Amino acid sequence: MTPPRPPQLFLRFFRWYCKPRLRNHLEGDLMELYNERCAALGKRKANRKFIVDVLQMFRPGIIRPLYDHKPINPYGMYKSYFKIGWRNLAKNKGYSFINIGGLAMGLMVAMLIGLWIYDELSFDTYHENYNDIVQVMQHQTVDGTVITEPAIPWPLETEMRNTYGADFKYIVLATWINYHALSHGEEKITKLGIYTQPDFPEMISLHMIAGTRDGLRDANSVLVSASTARALFGTDDALNQSIRIDGRHDAKITGVYEDLPHNTTFRDFQFISTWDLYVTTEPWIKPSATNWGNNSFQLFAQLNPHTDINTVSKKIENVKAKNSKEEAVLHPRIFLHPMRDWRLHSEWKNGVHSGGRIQMVLLFGVIGVFVLLLACINFMNLSTARSEKRAKEVGIRMTMGSVRRQLVHQFLSESFLVVALAFIIALACTGAALPWFNALADKHIVITWLNPVFWLISVGFILVTSLLAGSYPSLYLSSFQPVKVLKGIFKSGPRASLPRKVLVVVQFTVSVALIIGTTLVYQQIQFTKSRPAGYTREGLLTIQMSGPEFFGKFDALRTALKQAGTIEEMAESSSPITDVWLNSNGFTWSGKDPGLAEDFGAIFITAEYGPTIGWKMKEGRNFSRDFPADSSAVIINEAAAKYMGVKDPIGMEVTWGSDRLHIIGIVKDMITESPYKPVRQTVYLMNYRWVNWMLLKLNPARSAHETLAETEAIFKKIIPATPFEYKFIDDTYAAKFDAEERIGKLASFFTVFAIFISCLGLFGLASFVAEQRTNEIGIRKVLGASVANLWQMLSLDFVALVVVACVLAIPVAYYFLQEWLLSFPYHTEMAWWVFAGSAGGAIALTLLTVSYQAIRAAMANPVKSLRSE
Amino acid sequence: MKKYQLGEFEEIVMLTVGVLYNEAYGVSIKKDIETRLSRNVSMGALHTALTRLEDKGYLKTFDGEATEERAGRPRKYYQITALGKRAMEYSRSTREELWRAIPKMALQVKIV
Repeated sequence: MTPPRPPQLFLRFFRWYCKPRLRNHLEGDLMELYNERCAALGKRKANRKFIVDVLQMFRPGIIRPLYDHKPINPYGMYKSYFKIGWRNLAKNKGYSFINIGGLAMGLMVAMLIGLWIYDELSFDTYHENYNDIVQVMQHQTVDGTVITEPAIPWPLETEMRNTYGADFKYIVLATWINYHALSHGEEKITKLGIYTQPDFPEMISLHMIAGTRDGLRDANSVLVSASTARALFGTDDALNQSIRIDGRHDAKITGVYEDLPHNTTFRDFQFISTWDLYVTTEPWIKPSATNWGNNSFQLFAQLNPHTDINTVSKKIENVKAKNSKEEAVLHPRIFLHPMRDWRLHSEWKNGVHSGGRIQMVLLFGVIGVFVLLLACINFMNLSTARSEKRAKEVGIRMTMGSVRRQLVHQFLSESFLVVALAFIIALACTGAALPWFNALADKHIVITWLNPVFWLISVGFILVTSLLAGSYPSLYLSSFQPVKVLKGIFKSGPRASLPRKVLVVVQFTVSVALIIGTTLVYQQIQFTKSRPAGYTREGLLTIQMSGPEFFGKFDALRTALKQAGTIEEMAESSSPITDVWLNSNGFTWSGKDPGLAEDFGAIFITAEYGPTIGWKMKEGRNFSRDFPADSSAVIINEAAAKYMGVKDPIGMEVTWGSDRLHIIGIVKDMITESPYKPVRQTVYLMNYRWVNWMLLKLNPARSAHETLAETEAIFKKIIPATPFEYKFIDDTYAAKFDAEERIGKLASFFTVFAIFISCLGLFGLASFVAEQRTNEIGIRKVLGASVANLWQMLSLDFVALVVVACVLAIPVAYYFLQEWLLSFPYHTEMAWWVFAGSAGGAIALTLLTVSYQAIRAAMANPVKSLRSE
Repeated sequence: MKKYQLGEFEEIVMLTVGVLYNEAYGVSIKKDIETRLSRNVSMGALHTALTRLEDKGYLKTFDGEATEERAGRPRKYYQITALGKRAMEYSRSTREELWRAIPKMALQVKIV
């Protein structure tokens, strides 16, 4: 007969809750009673009593604690962990230095990149209506490709206000940001300014220091930035003062606003005046109010709250095409570009969003993560490499009752200690490097020490990094078997060093790829810089003709300057030489492909333009004032000749609108726009009225300092109301490379750090390996190995790893860089020696790093190492 | 004075362990108390008391044999320790002192 069984559910419940210490004999008691009762009272009653017993035993003295090892107070243990960790660091100073230093450097780079990314992402958030502000832009199809631009025609504003006004809180028409002369009494300055409709200050939520945002209601009013006010009035109150703009119109200052911070799109302009004033001063634009073809203005708007930007974009998409038959051929599509995308998502390829600066942000983000990863890898490698030293400690801890979780905690807390120390150093370094980094990156980043978010992120950063860096060592070290470790059988075999090798390969793959990348970026910049500009930049300076004062004085100024011998020649033109301001269509010529929707850059110049800048004629002749017919002559550049596709263009007739022009010369291509792009087809026309820029070629026979001073004196006499402000073409030309050079510099800065961190890790590893093999080296030496032999033996392992890294890095780098280079129409070719050189450099660097340790170990006296056993 | 603390039930358990001498384990203690004092003793209360007394050092244990009626679980026998003995004596002497201190008059009451 099988013995009766009590209710299993309750028995299981009892076994679950009972303290393990009591479980056995309590269950025995329960069973004994149960069996007795079964015999005496029957199974049903026994069952009931059993249940009552079990339930009555569910009480504090008998229930087990939730966890097996309930720490009464874990702080003591953690205190001990930190103490042991600290002692370990202090004991191995060199190793700690490499570990903490490397990590600090990685953290610093990551922090700088983090701050940079934060700054980029928070661009324009200064404006309160950040989420609702949009710029109205358009796509147009020219020559089969879709061109996207912010320039829009004036009637669009009227149409949007009248028909779609319900969707917008504000609609503001604005000019481009341009230099204007401001004067008050004797004080004269030139500042960038913008003319807008009156809602603009309210829309972009200017922070007013004096006056109100509503100050632009009256046509003759102007708001100035605090710095402009300071420049004009010093410490005096600027409010309600009157200033003269461009020497012809007076406007009353109705407000002074706080300068816009550096990370805003609108940071450039220093004063805002009214649209109405602009129309009064520039009467030529009046007809534009109804001309859908003149894309010369900017249009900003603020959506009403809870209005979907895409819906509104869809609504207004065809506004222009509907209203203008002539423009419809270009398929203009109007759309809204939200403020949050202005900075980072402002590139279109054929009418489709293709990213923009966000790619840079991603690139640097990736670099930052990689550099941090490299530093973490160092930490992991050094910790696991030194694990044999800690193995005994782990063994003892385990036999004394440490469970695995406690060991994991111990090593994590040690890694936390290291990361926290590194973080403090990194923070100090970041603070020190920030001004220099700001100059490099053209930023005004500050560490917001009092910002809780900053500290929150910092603490998160420390925790994440210490987890990242400490996870592998802690899991690895805590997996030791105490018996083996304490018996001394434990030896980290090839399997143990494999992950370490993999990590070294990863490190050097990243480093080599970064070396190749930065080299190519520099090559591309150098390549473009050495591209012939097509004109002489030396001693060439340019002055913007900001105001009516400049006009009609060309001859007087030229004669005076030439007589004084300060200039060789001077000219005027409609575009600054480093840009083309007017793009035009409407050209026809015989033999023109009827399907071609042509598009030329058009520049008005004076006859002296060619000699001033020293352009080179390929065929034909320059403009000359001696030929009256030259007013209907045109000079084209090589690109234009090719574009038109005619064999012998000289003397050919070209019609532009109603003008009949004949080609008198072909000039060699000049870089006027992006140096990375092919030169655009451009036509030059002679005109002395439609000009905006003066070009002066200083007399090279005299010192620039002297000629400039004299030029200024003469300039002041002839054009008294405007300050003499000029720019050297050399500088403006160099500015074309700013963005790429900045990226190049930043990238190389990060690369240097990445390589340094990798080498630091390698140095640590090499020293460890050398130390570990001291006995072996001693025996080898005794048996006759030479220093060279030993050096080779110790270095080869590491060199092999770096070679593997190179093999991995080269194809990856090739793939990405090819893509990057192809994004420039004018680009350098990738040379094999860049790859070979980078790989060779990495290997040389490895040898250099490892050799110090290897040779030191090889040179050591074997007696010393062998006697120790 | 909290030198030797012994609750009422604990004292009974201690005394019973003493009575049973080498045969004192969970079930036997329970039965003995139930028969001698004719009061119900729950397993929970008994074992909490036993564990507490063991923790205080008044009782010590030794494992006994595992039998079939106990489903193969061993018995755990309890014994009084020297400390336990002193605690019992202390408790007894304090009580006797108190008894002695009661004036005779005070006890001349009848159950009505």
